[in-house]
Amino acid sequence: MAELSSNLLLIAFVIYLIATLFFGGAIRQKKGMDESHYKNKVTLSAKIGITLTIIGFIVHIGYFITRWIAAGHAPVSNMFEFITFFSLMVVGAFILIYFLYHTPVLGVFALPIVLILIGYASMFSRDITPLIPPLRSIWLPLHVMTTAAGQAILAISFIAGLIYLIKTVNQAEATRKRFSLELIMYFITVVIGFIVITSTFSFMNYEAQFEWVNKEGELSTIDYALPALVGPNEGTLLTASKMEPLVELPANFNTSRVNTVIWSFIAGTIIYILVRLITRKRISQMVQPLVSKINGNLLDEISYRSVLIGFPIFTLGGLVFAMIWAQIAWTRFWAWDPKEVWALITWFFYAAFLHLRLSRGWHGEKSAWLAVIGFGIIMFNLIFVNLVIAGLHSYV
Amino acid sequence: MNKVKCECGHVNPHGTVLCEACGNILDEKARQGKLLDMRYEGSARRSQTYNKTIIDRIWNFFSSVKVGVILIVITLIATAIGSILPQVSTLGQLPVPAHQYYEENYGWFGKLYYFFGFHDTYGSWWYLLLIASIGVSLVICSLDRAIPLYKALKNQRVKRNTNFLNRQRLYNKAENVEIDFTTLKEKLKKKHYNVHIDNGNLLAEKGRFSRWGPYVNHIGLIIFLIGCMLRFVPGFYINEFLWIKEGETLAIPGTDKQYYLTNHEFIFEVYDESDGEVFRNAIEEKGMIAKNFQTNVTLYSAEQSLPGEEPELEKIKDYEIQVNKPLKIDGYALYQSSYRLNEIASMTFALTNKETGESYGNITIDLNNPQKKYDLGNGYGVELLDYFPNFQMKDGVPSTASQDPLNPAFAFKMVTPDRPEGERSFAAIQQTIEVTENKYKMEFQTAEMVNYSGLTVRLDNTLPVIAIGGVIFLIGLAQGSFWQHRRIWIKTEKGGCHIAGHTNKNWYGFHKEIEKILSDTNIPIPIDQKTEKNQEKE
Repeated sequence: MAELSSNLLLIAFVIYLIATLFFGGAIRQKKGMDESHYKNKVTLSAKIGITLTIIGFIVHIGYFITRWIAAGHAPVSNMFEFITFFSLMVVGAFILIYFLYHTPVLGVFALPIVLILIGYASMFSRDITPLIPPLRSIWLPLHVMTTAAGQAILAISFIAGLIYLIKTVNQAEATRKRFSLELIMYFITVVIGFIVITSTFSFMNYEAQFEWVNKEGELSTIDYALPALVGPNEGTLLTASKMEPLVELPANFNTSRVNTVIWSFIAGTIIYILVRLITRKRISQMVQPLVSKINGNLLDEISYRSVLIGFPIFTLGGLVFAMIWAQIAWTRFWAWDPKEVWALITWFFYAAFLHLRLSRGWHGEKSAWLAVIGFGIIMFNLIFVNLVIAGLHSYV
Repeated sequence: MNKVKCECGHVNPHGTVLCEACGNILDEKARQGKLLDMRYEGSARRSQTYNKTIIDRIWNFFSSVKVGVILIVITLIATAIGSILPQVSTLGQLPVPAHQYYEENYGWFGKLYYFFGFHDTYGSWWYLLLIASIGVSLVICSLDRAIPLYKALKNQRVKRNTNFLNRQRLYNKAENVEIDFTTLKEKLKKKHYNVHIDNGNLLAEKGRFSRWGPYVNHIGLIIFLIGCMLRFVPGFYINEFLWIKEGETLAIPGTDKQYYLTNHEFIFEVYDESDGEVFRNAIEEKGMIAKNFQTNVTLYSAEQSLPGEEPELEKIKDYEIQVNKPLKIDGYALYQSSYRLNEIASMTFALTNKETGESYGNITIDLNNPQKKYDLGNGYGVELLDYFPNFQMKDGVPSTASQDPLNPAFAFKMVTPDRPEGERSFAAIQQTIEVTENKYKMEFQTAEMVNYSGLTVRLDNTLPVIAIGGVIFLIGLAQGSFWQHRRIWIKTEKGGCHIAGHTNKNWYGFHKEIEKILSDTNIPIPIDQKTEKNQEKE
């Protein structure tokens, strides 16, 4: 059953990949892309794209259900499971928004993000882990799945905002906006770099173990899946004929993770430079023609609507259900755990976003920037807070 | 203050921008624009109208959404900074003063962090002040807008001023049209609109209640914040901790000795092969994975007893306290929070003649309750001079590192018939120190191990208030987010007609809906003036 589950995920991945191509084909056709967005004609290519997406979504659900059966508990208890479920919800949110607004261009961006998410998830341990006592509760699926659904809808707001920015930010002038937009593209490339470099070395079965002195002054060992550029405090390499670290870091750091981050940036930067050299264009400049014909007002509305749908669901799952469960499992509804703190920050941020939009009239570009930053906070909470600031939520 | 009388005859409060009844533009500035600012229906808000007394000023300050957003952003940043380093409250018992701890562990950054008070961000007075300010802002912003908005929506008439209609985002007009209001009404009703027709004018409206969403959710937030503050009221919140070892019966702290608890057994389980093949990889990789922490207890209620008197216990129930499954009684909840396995409960020594090995009896020292003297009869006895639960030698002097019996050590005085003065001996685990050459020794026999269960005892009467606030907040949030307030106006004039539409959000869906309703009628479909405006710019 566990094997079937993995295969289904792989199949879903491939289907999404093909669907992306069809959505790409859909927006290349001139038909149906005129300004009068109220009468969008759906092209054949878009129809195939959405059909494939729905099939992929069903297969993806198949992965989820089979893994649930295999594990005996909802498969949302570690990084791999959470991110694959989150990507499932992004696809679901995309399908929902597609049928509300009939916009194939959203698929051209949403599905690659989903592919990157599944790729990112696969870099973590895919073992089915049994649940530790605090996780053994009906609130595990309720809290995690609702939160993921809310965040996924907010991700659609990010995607619509990103498309809006790619469309409107002037590429001819060297402005701060142009730079910031390109920076987002660069960060996405770094995530791809992470996937490429990690899977390369994992394919080569690279493993190096170090003995080091931790913060409490005790001897400990740490495993590296990538060649050590930075080594642990007073570390000695135990595995024969592997790379010796170039720099040693103080004991406060989880050096293996810092090392992975550095490698990701190196790989991402190389990929980025290659793309720039080959195309002679900034990435945002390169994609701009794809979205130039889409109606900006419509994108703005999609982005805002996604926040309006996503924010209450996120509040329900990420704060209300979280508080109820914390009261039961941790004896108090609020513990200022880093993950909780960042959920609160996310909530504050979107609350500010809604107020700025409703009362200060921040529409269009300003709103799009906020949607992008909001999703940045969600990703920060998912990646950085889980991996670096370990708290009660560090179930990696 | 002067009331403003509109040409339609309606008397508006001072400061009104758009006449509550007909929508006529009463403010010169608003007249200049191509589109109307429809927020709060152009009603007279106190904050926009008065600016005289101090109360006006304070009101005006907090009634600004800009100020509200700034407060939210400041709180957001402060909250984020508080998550950079661990908060002092999560560090437990520190071996050194907190300022030293931060400096030693995090260098100059830790020193600054402590200096600015971020080590206790969420408990600091300035953080509470920020939250309180947001609360005040919530109340004033809501009052400043909700009441005039309510009045404006209540006073609106079917017939609207043309100046109002042609400055709506969705608008169109036509000459020489005959409108069949009866069919139109049917069509609108099918889409759940409330339709009002008055002398050739039409107002179709739905979802007005969604306009109250923000105010409802703000009321919920206020109740939530009040609930959080109730914690500081005595009696609303009790937070105690109970270490109880197996076999022990103790009064539950915080309950005024009203309830007692017996710990029968503490159970600690880990996952193994019997839990299934699927987990094998994970268990191999991580080593041990905990499966269950459980304390089997019996709960008793006690009759009020005089001090010193043994309480009379009446059994209430048996229960298995687990993580995620607290024991609840009368508002109190007992949570499985911690445990200590295999702690030394008691140690048994034998008073022994070193040469002959003859034993004169055993003494058993209960480490929780060590006695001063143990009499063995026939003139033999042992006095316990000193007890070190966690023995260490510090500067050549025996001392204890903590009160936990991790490495117990004892100073004995052995009294025997032939040595009535007694011999002194110092016994720690696997070592005996003698000041003088002794004839007798205390020989270690056995130690008894016991498990401790750590239970959090909590009473939180603020929870119902917080829950009510949370539910109201969610209802208001859904109300304002998932529904929208839509209105369509039609005005016939000189044989022609004006049509305008307004929604507080989701224009695309609204426009599509109007298109559908107006199809097969001779009424012109409104044009989105905002898109056109954009097109002109491009």
